[in-house]
Amino acid sequence: MKKYIVKRVIGLIPLLLVVSIFSFLILQAAPGSPIDNYMQPGMTEDRIEALKEEYGLNGSIAEQYWYWLKHVLQGDMGTSISKNRPVTELIAERLPATVSLMGASLLISIVCSIPLGLIAGLHKDRPMDKVISTITYFGISIPPFWIAMISVIIFAIKLRCFPTGGMHSLDVESTADTLWHMVLPACVLSLNHTAVYTKYIRSNTISQLEEDYVVTAVSKGTNKNIILFCHVLKNCLLPIITLIGMNIAGLVCGSFIIENIFSWPGIGRLCMEAVGGRDYPVIMGYTMFSCLILIVGNLVADVLYAVADPRIREGMGRK
Amino acid sequence: MKNLIDVKNLRVSYHTYAGEVQSVRGVTFSVQEGETLAIVGESGCGKSVTAKTIMGLIATPPGEIKEGSEVVLDGKDILKQTEKEWEAYRGATCSMIFQDALTSLNPTMNVEKQIMENIRNHYPVSKEEARKETLHMLELVGIPDPQACMKKYPHQLSGGMRQRVMIAIALAGKPKVLIADEPTTALDVTIQAQIIDLMKELQKKLGTTIILITHDLGVVANIADHIVVMYSGKIMEKGDVRQIFYGHKHPYTWALLKAAPNLELSNKQPLISIEGTPPDLIDPPKGCPFAARCKYCMNICTTEAPEEYEFEPGHTAACWLYHPESGYADIDFSREGE
Repeated sequence: MKKYIVKRVIGLIPLLLVVSIFSFLILQAAPGSPIDNYMQPGMTEDRIEALKEEYGLNGSIAEQYWYWLKHVLQGDMGTSISKNRPVTELIAERLPATVSLMGASLLISIVCSIPLGLIAGLHKDRPMDKVISTITYFGISIPPFWIAMISVIIFAIKLRCFPTGGMHSLDVESTADTLWHMVLPACVLSLNHTAVYTKYIRSNTISQLEEDYVVTAVSKGTNKNIILFCHVLKNCLLPIITLIGMNIAGLVCGSFIIENIFSWPGIGRLCMEAVGGRDYPVIMGYTMFSCLILIVGNLVADVLYAVADPRIREGMGRK
Repeated sequence: MKNLIDVKNLRVSYHTYAGEVQSVRGVTFSVQEGETLAIVGESGCGKSVTAKTIMGLIATPPGEIKEGSEVVLDGKDILKQTEKEWEAYRGATCSMIFQDALTSLNPTMNVEKQIMENIRNHYPVSKEEARKETLHMLELVGIPDPQACMKKYPHQLSGGMRQRVMIAIALAGKPKVLIADEPTTALDVTIQAQIIDLMKELQKKLGTTIILITHDLGVVANIADHIVVMYSGKIMEKGDVRQIFYGHKHPYTWALLKAAPNLELSNKQPLISIEGTPPDLIDPPKGCPFAARCKYCMNICTTEAPEEYEFEPGHTAACWLYHPESGYADIDFSREGE
């Protein structure tokens, strides 16, 4: 198992390198340049060259990339061009907001989808299942940005029960206040995943209940509810672990949009601002960071799967 | 010996889109305490459904146990049990083992927990005592190194070991009756013999009554005391082992025994089979269900269901041949077809 984890972590290095090269190239392909912000009418060519020199923007793409990589390897992600502060500091400052939003939405997804999926599976093809399935279809097909704006209109503007955005009320600094601000964005962000997990758990429940081991459990005189929670539930949830690992990518992307709609001060919003200002170091920093979250999320999911399923555990030991 | 189980006029149907499938159509037999009763017949003859009914495993719907059916165990009609009574009954009074031990065991639960579950479902013992009992059960079913086996998962065991674990689970609740639904079908021949020997040995030690569902006559000859021969939801013939193997009276039993391959067959000689297919149970024939495939079929066989004739105490067959007017009443199948 340890060997497996070490192997996976080593495997990360080339992957991160490839991702960084690609995102660097794509950035260069976009029109505009970070120093456009500093340009003024009537600047001389010399002055522009000097500005480029100052921000390390002259030289070929390869040279610029090498310069960036050298610094990253030393733990320096560069300095934001528009904000004039270290990228690591900017990300570290915004990170708790994003992680708490992602965590909350993941928690909501899991907490809601397990009972919904189980109930739907148990009541297969009966009215209860039909209702839950219809809701999940909506959850899967409605785009999050649309439901985000609609929920702002309904809950924040019409009903006034939640704030329209932000993380704190003015001059208030309390957990309760933050949680209150988090309700709308976290719910909207979780909607899609809740629906997908519910569908998975429903179909897993149906197929697991038809397994022979359930009949064995019945013939031991085990109570129906105990069979459901002690035998079926675990086997139902195993595939969901992998699904969650894969969906972390979706959460990163989703939070990018949701953070902007709800003015949530997380790294998604930071990156959006950076893209607008062609702030290369920040964009690169964000890309590398979300890539890392994604890969680590997948790794954690794989390891968790192995912990939960003895069949996988054994396979890993053999590798 | 007294009867432990009396099955009386058991009728079970399944409701499907195609119509009502009459899986079991009026089955009556009894099981004596401490004996092994084998129910034999080809696939789809209703033998598994009969066993599942005794275990209370028929899902209703789509299944339906017809009005008038009775399964009396120790003087009590178990078909009238409430769900709570069924829970107490399953595992402690009656246990079941299945054909495929791999799928019948929970893949993500270790052996210890799966056996302990049965003990703790029925006996108010501490975890420690249950664990001790589990270890004892594993020893009893002949698992080498039972201590190590406790922590293993089903996929880490061989087919034979898995079936032994299944037997340990089934017997952990100290049931009076063990129903074995084709327990050796998924195993290879040498392991089959081991499992059958184990069941015989355990029966001797624990006095468990065994109902064995199988289509393997070799297994039956080895272990059974009494045999019930079923065909398309009805009992064709029943009797003790000697009566069925050497004095069978029903043409179906005869055909079935003849179809069993034996070592005396010479090379390339084709295996004997029973021509035709079993009748459709959605619309079963009015007369004897075997009539269409029977060598001795008479006019009455296709129009009227045969009565049951008794030859010796306990040995009966449902066949018109034994009607005094058939002219065949003294037929001797042990010499037929030679």
